[in-house]
Amino acid sequence: MLKFLLRRLIVAILVALTVLTLSFALTRLSGDLAISIAGPNATQQDVEIIRQAYGLNRPLTTQYFDWLVRAVQGDFGESYFFRDRVANLIGSRLPITMTLGLVGLLIALVVALPLGIIAAVRENSWVDRTVMMVALIGQAMPSFWLGLILMVWLGLNLDLLPISGTGGPEYYVMPGIVLSFSAIPSLMRLTRSGMIEALSSDYIRTARAKGLSRLSILVKHAFRNAAIPVVAIAAVQLGFMLGGSIVIESVFAMHGVGYLAWESIGKNDFPVVQAVVLVLALIYIALTLLADLLNAVLDPRLRTA
Amino acid sequence: MSALLDVRNLRVTFGGTAAVRGASLTVEKGETHCLVGESGCGKSVTALALMGLLARGGKREADALSFAGQDIRNLGERDMSRLRGDRMAMIVQEPMTSLNPADTVGSQLTEVLRRHRGASRAQAVDRAAELLGRVGITAPGLRLGQYPHQLSGGLRQRVMIAMALMCDPELLIADEPTTALDVTVQAQILRLLAELQAEFGLGILLITHDLGVVARIADRVSVMYAGEVVESAPTAELFAAPQHPYTRGLLTCVPVPGKVKRGEPLGSIPGVVPRIPPGFVGCSFRDRCAYAHAACKHDIPRQHAGPDHEALCTLPPGWTDRAAA
Repeated sequence: MLKFLLRRLIVAILVALTVLTLSFALTRLSGDLAISIAGPNATQQDVEIIRQAYGLNRPLTTQYFDWLVRAVQGDFGESYFFRDRVANLIGSRLPITMTLGLVGLLIALVVALPLGIIAAVRENSWVDRTVMMVALIGQAMPSFWLGLILMVWLGLNLDLLPISGTGGPEYYVMPGIVLSFSAIPSLMRLTRSGMIEALSSDYIRTARAKGLSRLSILVKHAFRNAAIPVVAIAAVQLGFMLGGSIVIESVFAMHGVGYLAWESIGKNDFPVVQAVVLVLALIYIALTLLADLLNAVLDPRLRTA
Repeated sequence: MSALLDVRNLRVTFGGTAAVRGASLTVEKGETHCLVGESGCGKSVTALALMGLLARGGKREADALSFAGQDIRNLGERDMSRLRGDRMAMIVQEPMTSLNPADTVGSQLTEVLRRHRGASRAQAVDRAAELLGRVGITAPGLRLGQYPHQLSGGLRQRVMIAMALMCDPELLIADEPTTALDVTVQAQILRLLAELQAEFGLGILLITHDLGVVARIADRVSVMYAGEVVESAPTAELFAAPQHPYTRGLLTCVPVPGKVKRGEPLGSIPGVVPRIPPGFVGCSFRDRCAYAHAACKHDIPRQHAGPDHEALCTLPPGWTDRAAA
């Protein structure tokens, strides 16, 4: 168990380092930073001053290690546009994105797990087919379009929920629903296939031979096993959802990290874009590690091995 | 008094395929009835059908199927689940995959008693530990907290046996319960079952292909071939005077001390169990039978070779090799 975790941790650190390196390389590959910072009207002299000021004239390796050391300490430099430390910017926006992601995941689980279980229990029935069809539609639907539809319907016509911004909890409901749609299909399919496999297993036959109640067979015996991969995938899905929130935060004008990224890309604010990509990537890595951990906790075969 | 388990002409089909084509047997209170036959003859399906545990797509029909005087043919899943594990218990064949990998042995044992008897956790744990001890597991307390993957095949098999005995069932259907076990442990399990029989009048339907086990503990034997019970008799009578050529063939395949001469080859039955097409009439053994004749292609009479001895064969009761040839 400890060995397993240690191995995963080392892999995670290696991936994080790769992401850091890539994120550094990308900004250097997109042309001379000094020129793009200086702007179109700058003279050769201005560019040279900026190059000096930002240390862009030093050897690339020196720049890389200097940047790496600072990035590891959470120092991503200063935003060109917002006139603020990038770390502060992200720190103030991240809670909104995280909340949105968690709300989305919660809705996704509440919808996907029961539907997946029902589809598995009624395998190949019309219920199963309907559920799978809905999953397909959900997957095919673009999130910005769904977001607009919900805004018109729930926000304007029924006047139930606020359509944009961030205030109380009610502001997270609609974007959460939209975000959950990206995770529901895969979670539901995984639940369904896991349940179908579990339900046809010998240990379920044993549970039935013991005369256990239907609920106990479904939940304690079948779902307990089917849930192991689902939990892991849910953690990974949360990572996807945080990344995918760029679109949804723009649609619903929520000032989270996604919205920040969108704004910064439009304004060529390199340090911010770089940092957002980096932070989201690191969160994703952390969530993958968490998924492995959860797997180990839920599966006694991994835990006690 | 009616038998504990009474099955008449049980038929099981999966889609168009007949897995069991006519199994009749009874188990009395305190009796051990052995069901023997080659692999694939329908023994395990019979057991599952009796418990109402057929896999999806399996269809069960019978002229009669009663447990303790109650007709259980049309009993719903809810009512069946109250019987199963409580009054009729089953030990399945696959010990390696039949325990829930995500749950402790203790939890899987205790839930039976808690479900059917409303026992408290402590009571159920005591009972589970006691039974693990009786099936020969040392340090039961430790085992209760372990997961199935931490147990060997033999231990898992014994956990399965203990699980079936949690509620002191009236009927135990055991499908090859001792195949995964050492002979010493096997003897211990068989002794335990005999004790329970003496104590509580447990009725046992034991499915096995081990004729040694049959000779030791069975009161009655039914021989199954290609989905049919072809012969049924009290154990001693079946071993002494088998009627069906298949039973005779089966018995010559096993060395019996004192009967089989040293240096003489054991018998064998040529061929394999055939696939029985739908609408098949006659004796399913005729293609492998040395005594087959024209009448074997028609309906086979159920003949009595004794007051309690039936065989599904055209040969006259008490036939001998010479007379048939």
